[in-house]
This record gives sequence, structure tokens and C-alpha cells, in this order.
Amino acid sequence: MLNQLTISELAGQLAKREASARELMQACLDQISRVDGRIKAFLSYDRVDALAQADAVDKQLAQGVTHAQKPLLGVPVAVKDVIAVKGQPLNCGSKILGKFVSPYNATVISKLKAAGAVIFGRLNMDEFAMGSSTENSAFGPTCNPWDTSRIAGGSSGGSAAAVATDQCIASLGSDTGGSIRQPAALCGVVGLKPSYGRVSRYGLVAYASSLDQIGCLTKNARDAATMLGVLSGHDSRDSTSVLEPALDCAKVLNGDLKGLKLGLPKEYFIGGLDKEVSQAVHAAVGQLQKLGAEVTEISLPHTDYAIATYYIIATAEASANLARFDGVRYGLRVDGPDPIQLYGRTRAAGFGAEVKRRIILGTYVLSSGYYDAYYLRAQKVRTLIRQDFLKAFEKVDAIVTPTTPTAAFKIGEKSDDPLEMYLSDIFTISCNLSGICGMSVPCGFTTQPRLPVGLQLLGKPFGEETLLKIAHAYQQATGWHKEKPPLTS
Amino acid sequence: MAATEIDVKYVAHLARLNLTPEEEQTFGAQLSHVLGYIEKLKELDVSQVEPTAHAVPLLNVTRPDEPGPSLSNEDALRNAPATANGLFIVPKIVE
Repeated sequence: MLNQLTISELAGQLAKREASARELMQACLDQISRVDGRIKAFLSYDRVDALAQADAVDKQLAQGVTHAQKPLLGVPVAVKDVIAVKGQPLNCGSKILGKFVSPYNATVISKLKAAGAVIFGRLNMDEFAMGSSTENSAFGPTCNPWDTSRIAGGSSGGSAAAVATDQCIASLGSDTGGSIRQPAALCGVVGLKPSYGRVSRYGLVAYASSLDQIGCLTKNARDAATMLGVLSGHDSRDSTSVLEPALDCAKVLNGDLKGLKLGLPKEYFIGGLDKEVSQAVHAAVGQLQKLGAEVTEISLPHTDYAIATYYIIATAEASANLARFDGVRYGLRVDGPDPIQLYGRTRAAGFGAEVKRRIILGTYVLSSGYYDAYYLRAQKVRTLIRQDFLKAFEKVDAIVTPTTPTAAFKIGEKSDDPLEMYLSDIFTISCNLSGICGMSVPCGFTTQPRLPVGLQLLGKPFGEETLLKIAHAYQQATGWHKEKPPLTS
Repeated sequence: MAATEIDVKYVAHLARLNLTPEEEQTFGAQLSHVLGYIEKLKELDVSQVEPTAHAVPLLNVTRPDEPGPSLSNEDALRNAPATANGLFIVPKIVE
């Protein structure tokens, strides 16, 4: 089945004309028809447009265009509902955007198109990327492909579940506190959050601007490298995008980890970490040692303060960013006698509970009299958390941790207790606060029920090549990333 | 330290977000629970620490001040709930 293949495998088949882009796109659409009623990864997709794009690719292939020129030629890539694709709906998993249709392409979409990708579908997510389970979507939760009574993770739950079930070949997500890596871990796929500034955020609907980063979800590390090569690079439309050229990650995908130093942070192997998750991660670390890596224990002493810091900074930034949803220029409007009432009523009707909670919290921590106690203090603790990592990276090339403390939890299990839900992000949040890069790679399963476990690799700022090298070497030696959820076949 | 009480009604007004009495009560309770957790940041001495607003500090990012292509008036208004004469329509602001 074509939809089960990886980008590199498909490139080979398309180049040799063993398969056409149309057949591949059709295989993905057929898989959506077969499984997405149970998974609910897609909010919408345009079948006719997707096949038309595929036909255009087949014409290019016939004209001799190669994958060396366009590395994603013919590859169906689906997009989290927070990234603008011209002419397609954009809802951010919310009711407040109404029937919004994007008037322009995000930079990452322009880059994917230039690389020949077939862009299709809108993937489910927690409303405005606020959540860890995709239960906060106004359109209902996405289900975990390995056990549909469980969450797919979040906020990029649709992006992870769609790749895990071969409904697309790769997807885009966004990661503000773990929103790519956590669902990737829980669904059993590869998720890469690039360093802050590596990938342009132009056309990404902002949640917390100093933390948000676009990344990819793929079936293996090699595909992640191909995607990052396309997505990365400076963009004058995002003033936080760094002046680094696009990565050429393919060249670092050789199997040897000799001399590479890996750190195991002792603060990440503590109470609350599921026993089977811990075992899977330790087995993976053993595998990395066999491949030549040296492992040492390190300390990230401010780990315990990361969640509190995050929920001040992220909500403060969100309260400002989401002020634009006021019923005036786009989306839902609930009329009122004056503009203040119009704003208040529109936002009351349009936002879901978690978004409202975070706007209230963010407004509070920025309000007069509380700014120094909360926001300024959190920014200072953020410095300490970042310094922990920079110090650790003086001694090690990358850090290895579990991606999540447990495998996927049940739908509804944590939805009544926001704090409990926030605490499930404990291992992923520091990466965003520090601006470093992170990646989750499948590294095993729990036993009852059988659910995927993710290994998190954290790298230096702009150290994606090292992470991809480690992940690729690991995947050459293990087969966890090739396991498919039973319902896909 | 005791959990902090938020004046949810007042903060919701600042945020231009109308809440029902039930929401005020639920969010108030949930957020004082969260703020109670956040109190742990006070354990740290940060008097000598500089704040981090951005993990990758880029300073004075500028570009030449030259007009380039931008959204047309039509595209900018396409998603608007109410328009007239190429403008957004809102309730009357001044008497």
C-alpha cells in the first residue's frame, strides 16, 4: 500500500514511475475513508483539489522534474488547523473563526509547495493549540490509533494520529510546550520541534509567540530530516527567524554514534514516571550505548519550576495574541449595543473553556500590581531553566529523556482538572522555554494495553543535525517506528 | 502559602470576555488551584537574574522601508462578518 511508505521510499517509486502521485494521493484518501471515522484526525479535506495537485505532480514527473530538485515531489502532507493554506479553511480547532478561509499561505506552506508536496487536509487540534489531549477541540477529540478510548495527545493530536494511521505521509504541527513531541510519542510516530527561530512562523496563528515553533511529524527520522531541510531557513516575514541557511540534514544520516556524549537528567527519572515507560527509555539508552554513544548522568536543577513558569509566560502571551479575535475583522460575531459588548459576547460564544481559562490567567498575571510577582518572576526563572540546559550542553551533545511520564491516558480522564493536565507536559515544556530543539522517537510499548512510548532527544540551539543523526542511527538498529496500529491494515 | 483568589469578574472585563456566573465560579476555583501551584516560583532567589523574553535574542531586526505586495482590500474583507464601502462595520462608537 503506497500510503504506508515513507518519503524516501515514495521518492524512489515515483522517480522510477512504479507509482504515480495520483495513485499515492488516492491511497491516502482511501485510507481516510477507511479509518478516520474512528480516529477523527481530519477536520476537513478537499479530495478534488488534492487529486488535482497530484495530477500536476505527475505532469512534472513526466517532464523530468526530479526529487533532487524537489525533495517532496508528490508527497501528501496534511496540515494542523493552525497554519494558513491559501483558499483552505482555518479554524484553530475553535468556533470563533467561523467560516474563515485563509487569504494567503504560511511561509512553510509556500516552501512545501515549492518542494513539490501535495498539501491537503486540516488536522484536528486542541483549540488554539492549548491542551495536551486534543479534547479541547471545538470539533471533538481525536482518538488514539492504538486504543480509540484514549487520547491522541495534543495539541497536534490530529497531526500525529493521521501519520500513525497512514492517512498522510507526513504532517505539520506546532509545538509551544510539547504539542508535536507529546502526541508523536503517544501515537508512535516521529515528532520534531526545531529550535526557536529555525522555521518561520509567518502564517502560524500565534498562541505564545516566544515559545511557538512549527515542526513536522513523520514515520521516521530520515523523513524528518527531509522535511526540516524544506521547512527551515530565514524568512524576512518573521522577525524572529534566524539568519541560518536551510539545513541539509540528509548528509548527517550515517549510523555511527562513536564519541557522542549523551546526558540523562536525573530530574526526569522520578516519581510519577510510569515503570514501563522508564524501562523502554532505559532500553533505548542501552541501544544508543551499543551504537557508540557515551552516557552520563546530568542535572537540570530547575526542572521542577518549568510548568509554573510556562503557564505564566504562555498564558500572558496568549491573552495578548488572542485579543485579535474580537468579532470585528473575521470569523464569528455576536452583535451588541456597543463594541465592548460585541467583543465580550463574541468571545464568550466563540472560545471554549480552556481558552477562556488561559486568557483569564494570562490577563491576571499581566494586570496592574501582579506583573512583577508573576510575569517578570517567570521570565527570570526562564533564564535559570535555559542556563541549566546551556551548562549541560557544555558537557554533552544531546540529552535523552522520556517524552511523557505515561502512555496515552483515557479520553475524559483529566479533563476536569486543568492542573493535572498541565503536569502531563513536565518533560517537554523546558525545551520551549529554553529555545532548544527536541524530538520524540518511538522506543517501545507498554504491555496492557499495548501503547507506544516515546524517547525524547533534546539538542543544543540549532543542533537538529545531532538529534537526527542519533534518531536515525537508533532506527537503523531497532524497529519500533515500523510498528503499525492494528486498525490501519 | 495560601492559594490566591482571582477577581474573575474584573479580569474577564479586562479581557473583554463575558462569563456566566457558573464560569466565574468554576474558573475562579480552578485558577486559584493553578496559582497555588505557581507560588512555588517564590522559592527561588531571582534578585540577581536577568529576565528572558525570548530564547534567541535578536536585536533590532529591520528591513528596508519599501512597499511590497500586500493583501488586497477585497481579500482583507473576505472573512469579515459585516462590511460596507470597503470597510469593516462595527456598532456606533461615538454619539
